[in-house]
Amino acid sequence: MKLLLILPIILPLTTAAVGLLCWRSIRAQQVIGLLGAGGLLAAAGSLLHGVWQNGPMALQLGNWPAPFGITLAADLFSAIMVVLAALMGFTVALYSLATVDPRRVRYGYFCFYHFLLMGVCGVFLTGDLFNMYVWFEVMLMASFVLMALGGEKEQLEGAIKYVTLNLISSAVFLTGLGILYGMSGTLNMAHLATVLPQSEHPFMVTTVAMLFLVAFGIKSAVFPLFFWLPASYHTPPVAVSAIFAGLLTKVGVYSLMRVFTLLFMGDVAYTHTLILIIAGFTMVTGVLGAAAQGEFRRILSFHIISQVGYMIMGLGLFTPLALTGSVFYIMHHIVVKTNLFLVSGVARLLGGSYRLERLGGLSLSAPGLSLLFAVSAFSLAGIPPLSGFWAKLILIIASFKDASYLIAATALLVSLLTLFSMTKIWAAVFWGEPAVAADPQPLSGRRRAALYVPIILLALITVTIGLGTGPILTLAERTADQLIDPRAYIRAVLGSVQ
Amino acid sequence: MELVAAIVVGGLFGAAVYLLLWRTPVKLIIGLVLLSNAINLLIFLAAGLTRGKPPIIPEGSLRAAQAVADPLPQALILTAIVISFGVLAFTLVLFSRTFKTLAATHLDEMKTTDS
Amino acid sequence: MTSVILATATRYLMPMLLLFSAFLLFRGHNLPGGGFIGGLVAAATFILHSLVFGVGETRKILRVRPVKLMGLGLLIAMASGLVGVFTRAPFLTGKWYELVLGQGDKWHVGTPVFFDVGVYLVVIGATLIIILSLAEED
Repeated sequence: MKLLLILPIILPLTTAAVGLLCWRSIRAQQVIGLLGAGGLLAAAGSLLHGVWQNGPMALQLGNWPAPFGITLAADLFSAIMVVLAALMGFTVALYSLATVDPRRVRYGYFCFYHFLLMGVCGVFLTGDLFNMYVWFEVMLMASFVLMALGGEKEQLEGAIKYVTLNLISSAVFLTGLGILYGMSGTLNMAHLATVLPQSEHPFMVTTVAMLFLVAFGIKSAVFPLFFWLPASYHTPPVAVSAIFAGLLTKVGVYSLMRVFTLLFMGDVAYTHTLILIIAGFTMVTGVLGAAAQGEFRRILSFHIISQVGYMIMGLGLFTPLALTGSVFYIMHHIVVKTNLFLVSGVARLLGGSYRLERLGGLSLSAPGLSLLFAVSAFSLAGIPPLSGFWAKLILIIASFKDASYLIAATALLVSLLTLFSMTKIWAAVFWGEPAVAADPQPLSGRRRAALYVPIILLALITVTIGLGTGPILTLAERTADQLIDPRAYIRAVLGSVQ
Repeated sequence: MELVAAIVVGGLFGAAVYLLLWRTPVKLIIGLVLLSNAINLLIFLAAGLTRGKPPIIPEGSLRAAQAVADPLPQALILTAIVISFGVLAFTLVLFSRTFKTLAATHLDEMKTTDS
Repeated sequence: MTSVILATATRYLMPMLLLFSAFLLFRGHNLPGGGFIGGLVAAATFILHSLVFGVGETRKILRVRPVKLMGLGLLIAMASGLVGVFTRAPFLTGKWYELVLGQGDKWHVGTPVFFDVGVYLVVIGATLIIILSLAEED
């Protein structure tokens, strides 16, 4: 039973290690990469099932009791994130078979891909802050390599920006960690949650909270710390962009939500209002930035920023309903955003470019793809009855209930502008004259399957979330309850000690 | 002792930020190195400096005879040093490769992915 | 640039350094030492070799790719953690066993030793990947 907690970490590790042993064999690496991702998905699914049935669980590695040893802990939020990571891991691995060139695979694409998944799952499952830092670094190392793998000019330049900013973010994180340890003598999150409220220096706790806000803010690309994202996400191969877009900023959002629901609850009026203000600015700048762009993946990159605003808006409002909205939004966003990147890759294969002005007429040559894009794009913009509509609706109702009309108005406006951006892509890429430069390479049947199956799968999930909102909403509600009242989590980690 | 260490930490942070803002690749890397060292010292300092009392429990007993230095920050720093060693080694390779490929010597020459 | 003294000294030093790295690795079980510094010493040995005889020559005497050392090390370290799981304890729980060798000699074996061996291999692999690829650049 408790094995489930460690599986999402050791499965990708095994996959990557076996991949390293099969260095240079392209076929073997592809098979191992896909099998590993499938296994991870199965493990993540059973983890979520277990947590849903039995409540939060914890595992003390090496049998050293918390708060002294290394703890892995999963409540519903962690489990949901692990499932989403595994789902994206699987679909994008499948997509990688068709889009990542053999040279990159030979240089270990799938190994680093699984190291990345291991880091991501590690962050979601760890129960202590220092290990969260370590997992962040595992994830970053892998993402650095994926970002630069292939060594094209643009890629290297994007990688430099990505690497430098992320290193600085890790540095700020570690600084906050050190001060927190000096103040409280523990880094176990559940233990901190019981110790920090009795701290003699509440203002120091708030200071540390700000350090964490900056560190995770850089990672989740909030205003005004997002500049590395649109400068780098469009440079690597599209499968890498897709997995980064789906998971990496959301790891930052997860960490923000974890520490600002569990640890830093001393001065909610200050910290969470600040988060709400940041959320508003993030939404607006992201969507305005997108409006100015003329490249498919850069538009999508800016939309990631704007969407992160919605996610932390729920955190800033900090009511059960708002947190439900945030969790729902994260689930919806990861699926939809990854899918849009996958679509952009296919459009590039068919039309020969990512530049909007060089694309056109895909609705005639690829009607199926147009439909799949429309599903995801309208969901992103929040058109009923797709998943994005419900996510935004919950958040906006929550902000009305909290009498935060300004943020509600901002969210509505931004959603309108998102629709504008999506129609811009639609008009340029799918309507109009077929591009002159278009020279579609003929796709073999298997390659076509590897391209379209992930996209269709994710589009179906979007539609399912939209039409069958009930169960997902219940899941999000229970998750939010656990976030608001973390006693079950703390009890799972610390045992009878309270 | 604490005061001196605090001033050193502050100085290192200052130097690191100064070098990071200086827009050449080599100084950027040295800045990152200084930054990681500053943080390691900060963790050490924040957890409290204890002099000459190693956290070793005498054989046969279950607890230390006197108050000893906290071993955890040292473990944290050791881990952080190893991580930053790995990350910075990678960064070094990446930077040297990039500046060779782009034939650039200044960070301001790298603006093509920004617009 | 190769000096005769360095080349000759390296030939004699290498076995001793490798032996020393193994010594550090196994001593680390109860005393200062361990997989990490043992691995660094071993990697340094090969780097010394590459300084004298060139990177190509070093890759030849290594026989395996450093990447594979890393993969193997990760698997060994993970397997040592799984021993705990199979004995119904959490992952990474240390387990000790006594192997009885002939004539009443006992060999005390624990899973942490294997974890350290894994770390040792990963450190050798990772360090060599980074430094050899840097050395090959110019």
